[in-house]
Amino acid sequence: MVRNAMTGPELSSTVRLMLNGAPQELTVDNRTTLLDLLRDRLDHTGTKKGCDHGQCGACTVLIDGRRANSCLLLAVAVDGREVTTVEGLEDDEPHPMQAAFLAHDAFQCGYCTPGQICSAIGMLDELAEGWPSAVTAGPVHLDDAEIRERMSGNLCRCAAYPNIVAAIREVAGGD
Amino acid sequence: MREFSYARARDVDAAVSLVADNPGARYLGGGTNLVDLMKLGIERPELLVDVTGLPLDEVVDDGGRLRIGALVRNSDLAAHPLVRERYPVLSQAVLNGASGQLRNVATTGGNLVQRTRCGYFTDPTMPCNKRMPGSGCPAIEGEHHNLAILGASDHCVATHPSDLAVALSALDARVGVQDLAGPHELPLEDLYRPVGDRPDLELTVRDGALLTGVSLPPLPAGTRTGYRKVRERASYAFAIGAVAAVLVVADGMVSDVRIALGAVASHPWRARIAERELRGGPATAEAFEAAAVAELDAARPLRDNAYKVPLTRDLVVAVLTELAR
Ligand SMILES: Cc1cc2nc3c(=O)[nH]c(=O)nc-3n(C[C@H](O)[C@H](O)[C@H](O)COP(=O)(O)OP(=O)(O)OC[C@H]3O[C@@H](n4cnc5c(N)ncnc54)[C@H](O)[C@@H]3O)c2cc1C
Ligand code: SF4
Ligand code: FES
Ligand code: FES
Repeated sequence: MVRNAMTGPELSSTVRLMLNGAPQELTVDNRTTLLDLLRDRLDHTGTKKGCDHGQCGACTVLIDGRRANSCLLLAVAVDGREVTTVEGLEDDEPHPMQAAFLAHDAFQCGYCTPGQICSAIGMLDELAEGWPSAVTAGPVHLDDAEIRERMSGNLCRCAAYPNIVAAIREVAGGD
Repeated sequence: MREFSYARARDVDAAVSLVADNPGARYLGGGTNLVDLMKLGIERPELLVDVTGLPLDEVVDDGGRLRIGALVRNSDLAAHPLVRERYPVLSQAVLNGASGQLRNVATTGGNLVQRTRCGYFTDPTMPCNKRMPGSGCPAIEGEHHNLAILGASDHCVATHPSDLAVALSALDARVGVQDLAGPHELPLEDLYRPVGDRPDLELTVRDGALLTGVSLPPLPAGTRTGYRKVRERASYAFAIGAVAAVLVVADGMVSDVRIALGAVASHPWRARIAERELRGGPATAEAFEAAAVAELDAARPLRDNAYKVPLTRDLVVAVLTELAR
């Protein structure tokens, strides 16, 4: 523990991270989640807060390329990592997943959408790595059941699920 | 949330020395359970020791035993080629838990000692013997449809939420632990204390002991393993019933069998009675059912969770029948 004779234990920490390719360095209260850091301190409000308890997926971001719920990650614990949010996906053109969500009308209110899109990108990378799922242990055919299982960590209160599945299927090049 | 200080452990000894003698300190794994409970005010640590940088993040073959570091993330564990090849039940159990996002972060050690999802435990305005010893257990008369039917007491009827631990139990896993006295190992089964009159005391190891990993004995050739979980929706939900099983059948007879039940008790429930009934007998659906019934004879369901008795029985029969096919 970092203890300072004058002030007692340190209740805040310096955090350095790469956010969408740009270095960031700031001092945070240790209680700050990555989600609150993004939204309240770094003005990246694309990432949404739904439940704040890991139960909805609205806060999904990519940490070193892997999808994670930013509401349950402490900002201090992601020091030194690369964080990609929905704001970092676009590269002049919308990311293919963003384009597919638009083309398939894969949302209604749009609140879950940034999390859905980050999650879907992370999910396709997991698939490319050959990761199994509860639906399929062996070689994977990315049918709708497989997409639904792999995307089950993202709830959509508007129930835009059929179009979300269609958008992901298109990007994955499935049937 | 209460304010806390944060430290990254440089090595295992440093981690243990920071947490072992400090009741206000907690290890931080992926944080998917601890941070959640801190937000709710259920956990109020003054120091978090982040152990995710410790070199306990590998899965290795050690002369036939598989050693899994406590910091191996759930998704890496489920995808590991040696796990998928040798212990499919373990991969399946992990993949049936939580979500892709959570599994990417959650660690093996954190999963084993995660706390119950009993709604009174997670509500700081309610009494709860596990959270506030002696305050009572409102679940017994109240909301308990997903709580325990086996091994509970008048003091607590909570269940353990892990899927991973159920598979590890059926695989006869041993757990590596380090405390101030040094490293040691114990069977996973011995890690969890019986509920008794102190449901707040969940583990047999000393406070502040660090889980360093788990290890699995090899399975004989011809062993089949499987996991089945029932939940209230198709995915991303805790079990209301779960079975992990390991079965060896030779000439229609059960030569070895190990069964662990999930969502029925305060820890993964090894179905020793059923195993004893089955060993050496015929591998038939009738025998599987008789064994499951014998095991569940000890069940003491509450007003709203008696459904778990036939559910668990049917799960045992279904899993074993499938494995014997
Ligand atoms: C919405 C939701 C759904 C979920 N569904 C499921 C499910 O279906 N099945 C399932 O099995 N789980 C489920 N989980 C639980 C999840 O699997 C656990 O939260 C996770 O495995 C805990 O691991 P962690 O590394 O994040 O632990 P942490 O949150 O970091 O730690 C949990 C506890 O373990 C202690 N700890 C951590 N590491 C160690 C160590 N090495 N040694 C000693 N103590 C340690 C911590 O101090 C803390 O007390 C779900 C969680 C959420 C939020
Ligand atoms: S079942 Fe256990 S955890 Fe739930 S209220 Fe009773 S004592 Fe607390
Ligand atoms: S806000 Fe993080 S999962 Fe709901
Ligand atoms: S589009 Fe409204 S919650 Fe998904």
